[in-house]
Amino acid sequence: MKKSSMFDLLVLVVRRDLILAMRRRADVLTTLIFFVMVVSLFPLGVGPEMDMLRKMAPGVLWVAALLSSMLSLVRLFSADYIDGTLEQMMLSPQSLSMLVLGKMVAHWMVSGLPLVLVAPVLGLQFDMAVEALGVLIIGLLLGTPILSMVGAIGAALTLGLRGGGVLLSLLVLPLCIPVLIFGSGAVDAVTTGLAVSPHLSLLGALLVLALAFTPWVTAQALRISME
Amino acid sequence: MLEVSNLACSRGDHRLFSGLSFTLSPGQIMQVQGANGSGKTSLLRTLCGFLMPDEGDIAWRGENIRSLDEDYCAEMMYLGHLNAIKDELSAVENLRISAGLSGLDLSDREAIAALRRMGLKGKERLPTKVLSQGQRRRVALSRMLVNDAKLWILDEPLAALDVVAVALIQELIAEHLAQQGLVMFTTHQPLEVAGMDICNLTLS
Amino acid sequence: MAINWFKYSAPTTFYGLAGKLIPYFAVSAVVLFVIGLYIGFFVAPTDYKQGEFYRIIFIHVAASILSMFLYLVMAGYAALGLIFNTRLSSMMATAIAPTGALFAVISLWTGALWGKPMWGAWWVWDARLTSELILLFLYLGFIALHASIDDPRRADRASALLAIVGSVNVPIIYFSVKWWNTLHQGSTIKLSGTSMHVAMQQAMFITLLACWLYAIAVVLARVRSIILERERHTTWINELPEVKQ
Repeated sequence: MKKSSMFDLLVLVVRRDLILAMRRRADVLTTLIFFVMVVSLFPLGVGPEMDMLRKMAPGVLWVAALLSSMLSLVRLFSADYIDGTLEQMMLSPQSLSMLVLGKMVAHWMVSGLPLVLVAPVLGLQFDMAVEALGVLIIGLLLGTPILSMVGAIGAALTLGLRGGGVLLSLLVLPLCIPVLIFGSGAVDAVTTGLAVSPHLSLLGALLVLALAFTPWVTAQALRISME
Repeated sequence: MLEVSNLACSRGDHRLFSGLSFTLSPGQIMQVQGANGSGKTSLLRTLCGFLMPDEGDIAWRGENIRSLDEDYCAEMMYLGHLNAIKDELSAVENLRISAGLSGLDLSDREAIAALRRMGLKGKERLPTKVLSQGQRRRVALSRMLVNDAKLWILDEPLAALDVVAVALIQELIAEHLAQQGLVMFTTHQPLEVAGMDICNLTLS
Repeated sequence: MAINWFKYSAPTTFYGLAGKLIPYFAVSAVVLFVIGLYIGFFVAPTDYKQGEFYRIIFIHVAASILSMFLYLVMAGYAALGLIFNTRLSSMMATAIAPTGALFAVISLWTGALWGKPMWGAWWVWDARLTSELILLFLYLGFIALHASIDDPRRADRASALLAIVGSVNVPIIYFSVKWWNTLHQGSTIKLSGTSMHVAMQQAMFITLLACWLYAIAVVLARVRSIILERERHTTWINELPEVKQ
C-alpha cells in the first residue's frame, strides 16, 4: 500500500462517480429526456412560427439547460449522504475541496456534457444557423460546468432537507443568471452580426472564478450541513 | 494521547452533557455507555470533528484536533451507524475506494485477502446490494484491516453481526490494541476483548 | 467614556437595550415620513415631463436603496456570526431579511406604479428593476433556506454562507443585467434630464432617512422576538416580566 497524490485522488473520485452513474443509467437519461421535453414544450406553447422560434431558440435552450442542471444537482451529494460515504469523505486526510472538485467534474460529465451534445440537434428544430449552433456549443461547454459548480454549493447547503430540488433551484437560479445572459447573448450576437468574443470571454472568466472558489465554498457548506 | 477536557455538547436547544474530561492512552480501550439519547453518538461524532462542542477541548498528541485537521483525520478511523458502502459497487471496489480516499493504494489482491478474513469468500465481486445486512456490515468493518489509523472510533460495531463475526471483530480490536492503538466505542451488545480491561464512560 | 460594545453582544443585554431604543426610532421614523411625504407630495413642483405621477419615486428610490443596503448589512451580520460564532449576529441577519425583502417588494411595486403612466405597461425590463427582482429572489432564498432547516445552528450557518455567496454575486449579477439591458435596447426609467429641484432632493433624502429609521425599529423589534424564541429555555428569559405571568 502506498500513499497517493492530489491528482490521483481527483481521478479516483471522478472514476468512482462515473462508475456509479453508469450503473444507474436511468438517472442520467431522465435528465437528458427532461431537457428535450422542456425544449419541445416551447413551440407547443408559443406556436410553430419559424421566425419567432428562431429568435427564441438560444434563450429556450439555455433556460432548459439551466433547469435540467438544477434537477440533476439534487443527486450530487444526496446518495453519498444517505449511505454514509459522504461523512467518510469528510474524514479523509485529503483536501475536501479536491474531493468536491472531483464530484463536480464527474457530475458535469454525466449531466452537463450530454446537454452540450444534444443541444445542437434541438437547435436545428428551431432552424438555427450553423454559426449560431457553433457558438451555442462553445457557450454551453463553458457555461454548464459553471452551473454544476455553483449548483454544488446549493446542493451542499440543502443536503437532507425536505424542500429538496425546489429549494435548491430557488437558491441557485438567481446566481446562474449571468451565465444565462452571457450564453444566450453570445448566440444572439452571432445571429445579428455583432462580436461574440466579449460574451464568451466573460463566460470564460466566470468559469475560472468558479473553478477557483466554488470547491472550497462547497466544502464549507458540506461541513455546515453535516453538523 | 487523546485528551478531552471539560467537553460540553448540545443538540439544538438540548444540553447533552458538560464538564466531560478523560484521557485515552495507547493500548487502551474505552466504552461509552448511557441511555438512549444521552449523547453517545454525539460524543463520538464530536471526537471525529463533525460536531463543534459548546465548550472544552479535544487534543490528540497534545494538539487541538481543530488545528491538526487533516493530520488528525489521517490517524483516525470512524465507523458509524451507516455502512458507508455503495450498493452498486462490489465489496472489492468499495474497499479499494475507501482505502484510496484515505490516501492508500490498495491492490486487488490485498483487498480480497482482507475480505476473505472477514468471512466474505466468494462474495467479493458481487454488488453489495445483493448481500445481507450482516454481510454488508462485514464489508464496512473490513476497513479495520486495511488502514493504519491509530485511533478507532466505533459506533455500535457489532450491530447485525452473528456470533462468528463478533468473535472476529473482538480479535481485530485486540490486535489493534496490541499494536498500541486506541479504541473508543459504544455498543448495545456485550463486547469483550481478551485480556483487556475496558474503561467505562457513562453519560447521563 | 468608552462604551463597552461587547456588553451588548450577548442576547441578554441586547434584549433590554433594543427594547429601550425602539420607541425613539419608531417615532422619529413616523415624523420624518410625514415631513418627507409632505414635501414630496405637496411642496415639490410638478415635473415638466412626467406630471404628478413621478412623485412615487420618493418612495421607490428610498425602498430600492434600502433593500440593497439591508442586504449588505444582513450579509455582514451573517459573516460575523459564521466567523466568530456569535449567536446575536446570526439573529440580527435573520431579523433583517424580511424587512429587506419587504423593501424590495415595495421598490418593485412602486416601480410598476411609476411605469404604468410612463410606459403604458405595468412592468418594464429596466436593468435596475430586473436587478431588484433578482435581489428579491436572493432574499426569499435566504428566508426559505433558514426556514427549511430545523436545527437553529445549522440554519444560521447555512443561510449565512448563502448570504455571503449572494453578496459576492450581486455585482456580477448587476453587471450582467445591465449588459443584457443595453444589448436589447431595453427601456430605462429616468428622471427628467438635468438636476433636480431642491425640494425634490430634500424629499428624497428625508424619506430615505425615514425608511432607514423604520427599518432599524422593525429589525430591533423582530430580533427581540427571535431572542425570546431562541433563548426560551434559559433562566433569564423566564425572569422577564412579559414572560412571567
